[in-house]
Amino acid sequence: MSFRARHLLGIDHLSPPEIVTLLDLAQDYAGLNRRTIKHSDALAGMTQINMFFENSTRTQSSFELAGMRLGADVMNMSMQTSSVKKGETLIDTALTLNAMQPDLLVVRHPQSGAVNLLAEKVNCAVINAGDGRHEHPTQALLDALTIRRAKGRLHRLSVAICGDIAHSRVARSNLILLGKMENRIRLIGPATLMPAGVGEMGVEVFEDMREGLRGADVVMMLRLQRERMDGGFIPSEREYYHRWGLDAEKLALAAPDAIVMHPGPMNRGVEIDGTIADDINRSVIQDQVEMGVAVRMAALDLLARNLRAERGAAAAGVMV
Amino acid sequence: MTAILFSNARLIDPEAGTDGPGSLLVGDGRIGGRGAPDEAAPEGAEIVDCGGRVLAPGLIDWGVKIGEPGERHKESFRSAGLAAAAGGVTTIIARPDTAPPIDTPESLEFVTRRAADAKVNIRHMAALTKQRAGREMVEIGFLSDLGAAAFTDGVRVVSDSKLLSRCMAYARGTGALIVGHPQDAGLSKGAAATSGKFASLYGIPAVSPMAEVMGLDRDLALVAMTGCRWHADQVTLAAALPALRRARAAGLDVTAGISIHHLTLNEFDVGDYRTFFRFTPPLRSEDDREAMVQAVAEGVIDVIASFHTPQDEESKRLPFEAAAPGAVGLQTLLPAAMRLYHQGGLSLPQLWRAMSLNPAKRLGLEAGRLTPGAPADLVLFDPDAPFVLDRFALLSKSKNTPFDGARMEGRVSGTWIGGNRVFGGAS
Repeated sequence: MSFRARHLLGIDHLSPPEIVTLLDLAQDYAGLNRRTIKHSDALAGMTQINMFFENSTRTQSSFELAGMRLGADVMNMSMQTSSVKKGETLIDTALTLNAMQPDLLVVRHPQSGAVNLLAEKVNCAVINAGDGRHEHPTQALLDALTIRRAKGRLHRLSVAICGDIAHSRVARSNLILLGKMENRIRLIGPATLMPAGVGEMGVEVFEDMREGLRGADVVMMLRLQRERMDGGFIPSEREYYHRWGLDAEKLALAAPDAIVMHPGPMNRGVEIDGTIADDINRSVIQDQVEMGVAVRMAALDLLARNLRAERGAAAAGVMV
Repeated sequence: MTAILFSNARLIDPEAGTDGPGSLLVGDGRIGGRGAPDEAAPEGAEIVDCGGRVLAPGLIDWGVKIGEPGERHKESFRSAGLAAAAGGVTTIIARPDTAPPIDTPESLEFVTRRAADAKVNIRHMAALTKQRAGREMVEIGFLSDLGAAAFTDGVRVVSDSKLLSRCMAYARGTGALIVGHPQDAGLSKGAAATSGKFASLYGIPAVSPMAEVMGLDRDLALVAMTGCRWHADQVTLAAALPALRRARAAGLDVTAGISIHHLTLNEFDVGDYRTFFRFTPPLRSEDDREAMVQAVAEGVIDVIASFHTPQDEESKRLPFEAAAPGAVGLQTLLPAAMRLYHQGGLSLPQLWRAMSLNPAKRLGLEAGRLTPGAPADLVLFDPDAPFVLDRFALLSKSKNTPFDGARMEGRVSGTWIGGNRVFGGAS
């Protein structure tokens, strides 16, 4: 099997064959998920703990459902109301949890690199469900699967990523994944929302959205956080929508069969026009949610296989 | 519109850098060809005999405060237009530091409509931050689309460097020009004079000239970081010039201006606490004044403007440090500039480069030159005609001029906007 990773901390450490392996398995799970009996025993008897240090309804429930459908015992820990409040450090929390012998740990944390730190301290497989403005690998993988299903391929596509690139872990993971798969990437947004050093990332940067969308096969919109709308990064919601909101007029410049994506939750009328988000011929936003569960099932399954192999080898006294 | 032939004129062409006799033909409101001083008029053309006086592009005065909205008793668009026409100013670039400030598309539309009262061209700058409070950027995109000439918080410095850098980064995307006021806000807080022996002996709260150097250094570093188009409203110190030169040499898109008052007056003119000589930044030493005149001659300083700031009598009839800063200048810009011509060693083409051509180029205006096809915005004046200035004869609603009672030279006898005469009778 070509998927060798022990943890899924980011897209950065995955090779293209590993990405393809994961997407192929997720494609199978997508089929399973459409059946009435959506059950597999891939994780039977294993314990999955979802630790969310930052609120998220959709990602947490997607991981929860993924684990349950694979037969794992799933526990959700809302870390905002737990011992973290009492002053426990991240490492102590990790050690405490580790003592409970979980097999799979799904972690979201508001600080970049926190999930990597935690992964060093535990004996189980760790999945990064988003750390600060660093990476959100399962989001990039579900976007990749959605694109592959809609466009029939995941290479040589022109992908426009629009909006708050600077603060988006979704953008970073997508940038890495789509780059690894040899696509042409364009970043669109105001200079205030572009990360520094973007010129060296092998992408094209556009401040003019019309210019950036020209001929794009995939239009990926990003969510604009409320706290960035008040004049610090952009002047106002209305000016942002005028210049970088996706409406029919701007979308008309993209390829005629371009698909529209959004990681959610959407701000209708801020970054995307409501009718475009709802257009079943263009928008694949609901597909993204559906593929989210399938991709997370595939990630959990593959990591569990590697974990079992590693433990089996250790028990047999083999060096790995 | 009929054609006009300005014959027997002394033509100042700031673009070519020439000053010599000739005639100028104007048709359809635009500059036509040039000819000999006694060129024959085409059929049906009106002839204006300039009698050897100077005919030059009308002045473009960048940074004029008009009291609308909020302080119409100090200056209205109408009164500012009358003063401008009488002073040979054909285009006013208005400041946004009104009450309320021009910080929304709606307020920009309001002043654009109101400006129709003035008989000269008016372009408006918009604020850079909402309420000029330095906390949130204005809608730079919408305001640019509506024709905002530039973005500035005036003499209120945006001290939050992070916010200013974001304003600059955002402005770069729209191609907008940002006008900064180089000053360290903390250091210059409460100051009414330049620190030194004079201010100390008179006990006036003063600021080290270094506050301007510090402000300029910070702003230029942010320009280098963001790559935006930037203009310093007033650079008034010899010590600030090296930074400006370095920035240009490094390829930054940077220009700088100065007020006519800092080129013609110095700190000692304040004398016995005369509040009409209170400016922001305060008047500088004679050494600095001379260095700045030289900097204009060399083209290091690009723009000279009046920074026309009308203040009512009560704002000035106060102890020096409590008095409002600024002076009216629309009508005195030209005669004050003649001091630099007669005594300061600047030629008329050099002065017109700074007072018409450079501001036009920087702001993307067609005017400010004698090139065929440019709008026929012209001033006709006698650079040698002497007079004693009486502040109550000024057409501005406010009469706060530091030149009251001064002996000046340079009298405007005619002003034209697009070929239409807006000042002066039969010549």
